[in-house]
Amino acid sequence: MNPGELRGLTLAEKILSFKAGRRVMAGELVVVPVDQVMVVDSIAGSFFKRLDELSATPRYPERVTIVIDHVAPAANVEVAKEQRAIRQWGARHGCRVFDVGRGICHQVLIEERLALPGGLVVGSDSHSTTYGAVACFGTGMGATDIALAAASGRTWLRVPESIKVTLKGSLAAGVSAKDAALEMIRLLRADGASYRSVELHLTDGAESLSRGARMTLANLTVEAGAECGLVVPSGEILALYEVPGWLYPDVEAVYSDHLEIDLAALTPRVSVPFFVDNVETVEAVMGKPVDQVFVGTCTNGRLEDLHEVAAVLKRKRVAPGVRMLVIPASSQVLEEATADGTLLTLLQAGATIGTPGCGPCMGRHQGVLAPGEVCVSTSNRNFRGRMGAADAEIYLTSPAVAAASAVAGVIATPERLERVVHA
Amino acid sequence: MPRVWKFGDSLNTDDILPGKYAPFMVGEGFYSYAFAHLRPDFASQFRPGDILVCGRNTGLGSSREYAPEALRKLGLKAIVAKSYARIFYRNLVNLGIVPFIAPTVVDALQDGDEVELVLKRGLLKRGGETLQLTPPPEFLLEALEEGSILAHYRKYQRFPGE
Repeated sequence: MNPGELRGLTLAEKILSFKAGRRVMAGELVVVPVDQVMVVDSIAGSFFKRLDELSATPRYPERVTIVIDHVAPAANVEVAKEQRAIRQWGARHGCRVFDVGRGICHQVLIEERLALPGGLVVGSDSHSTTYGAVACFGTGMGATDIALAAASGRTWLRVPESIKVTLKGSLAAGVSAKDAALEMIRLLRADGASYRSVELHLTDGAESLSRGARMTLANLTVEAGAECGLVVPSGEILALYEVPGWLYPDVEAVYSDHLEIDLAALTPRVSVPFFVDNVETVEAVMGKPVDQVFVGTCTNGRLEDLHEVAAVLKRKRVAPGVRMLVIPASSQVLEEATADGTLLTLLQAGATIGTPGCGPCMGRHQGVLAPGEVCVSTSNRNFRGRMGAADAEIYLTSPAVAAASAVAGVIATPERLERVVHA
Repeated sequence: MPRVWKFGDSLNTDDILPGKYAPFMVGEGFYSYAFAHLRPDFASQFRPGDILVCGRNTGLGSSREYAPEALRKLGLKAIVAKSYARIFYRNLVNLGIVPFIAPTVVDALQDGDEVELVLKRGLLKRGGETLQLTPPPEFLLEALEEGSILAHYRKYQRFPGE
């Protein structure tokens, strides 16, 4: 396709135009080929059933990847049976299966370079927007859509309008991409980006945000309802990938909305129960007693997140009565955190380490909450009952705030830690 | 007489089916846990033909298709809402549950109202009153005509409009 035909388009429009083989714009319905179909263990059973209903097998087996991560290792016989079926099915059809311990689907697809700049990946998990970190159009779908994509090699999409979100400047110490993402959700609200693409422009120093930080940003765009969250390639991304010359939005591109966040002025944020867009400053809930702290998930389980946690926990102890769970996002993260001594720091502080995977994020195992308990979590959802008992409370924060809260035994920021501990 | 089950804004898929009751975790009987936290009487009281009436951003959160699938297994054929989250909307169409959008009708209906839905014409009758619902777009109607997008693809080996 001639790049000249892409003039005046947003990133989402450009990627879908390339896939459609013609210039398409927001509002059009397209049926486009997909590069990867990602399936997670918890819906694999439905996925197989839908393929059977279609009397179909994967059209391009190498484009189907199954990740065993949502309940890994298996928590009961039901799950163990399903996961065995996944292994057998993968072997029978020649599809890639990442087994127990390899990690969370989104982290693994990025590490394995199955989600690439300019690509289109559909995943059976809403946080498939994460691939936008590398300017890959990633979007979540249900089992039927995913089965249709595997059977046909294609999917249908409505080309989304785009909201331009400019992040400018450099983050202050103790403030992270998670805080920027929560601020974005506060401004957009939970349905502010419904059916739309959130196109993230990093400027005036923000280009230095790592791939991991970009994954946190793209990941959380779905909490504002986004179809995809695309970060304009810059900084580290240009060193890690061959980015096609056309993969930039044009200055003439049309946006339905524009908002700007000054990273330098940002302070730590927290999302309070029971909705992700209930975003406040950490200051506002400081001192709230905590039962469990969970660091991990596709949002914040990367090496750099564990580094932030270790920096806070160094030569300190998790408060008595607080459980601190750390679940690395992948085996690679676990290996690197072991090699560089990060894990030792966490263990010496009293944290416990879980198998790479989703952990207790959706309340199935490895840290389910009792009635009335309070959890500070680096994850992405704090809906009622999400992590266990219906009235348990989940506060979503950055890794640094989670670590400080573990030490203080109450919600705290690293800066205020000393004061809270000795108060 | 079928009834209205009314919910507010931001009904999420963890409300509809908590993650710990996924079919993957509990097997075939998963649908009996629909709204287990929010309305524990729902699964036992819901009758085929009853409808859900919801506010804004209905079905936000997890992509779990087994949430609307639990509702379909209980006999849900249609939802009337002010707006839908993207993935949930797709899942409804894929399962053959008709997603109507009608903000004023949502405001006019109360939990427990006895109603009759004329699905094809998008008419909702309550007492002597008839409320008009906006049907889904052409593309999706073409799929729903066959029962679901899955059924459409199985029959034609192509997507609607392709």
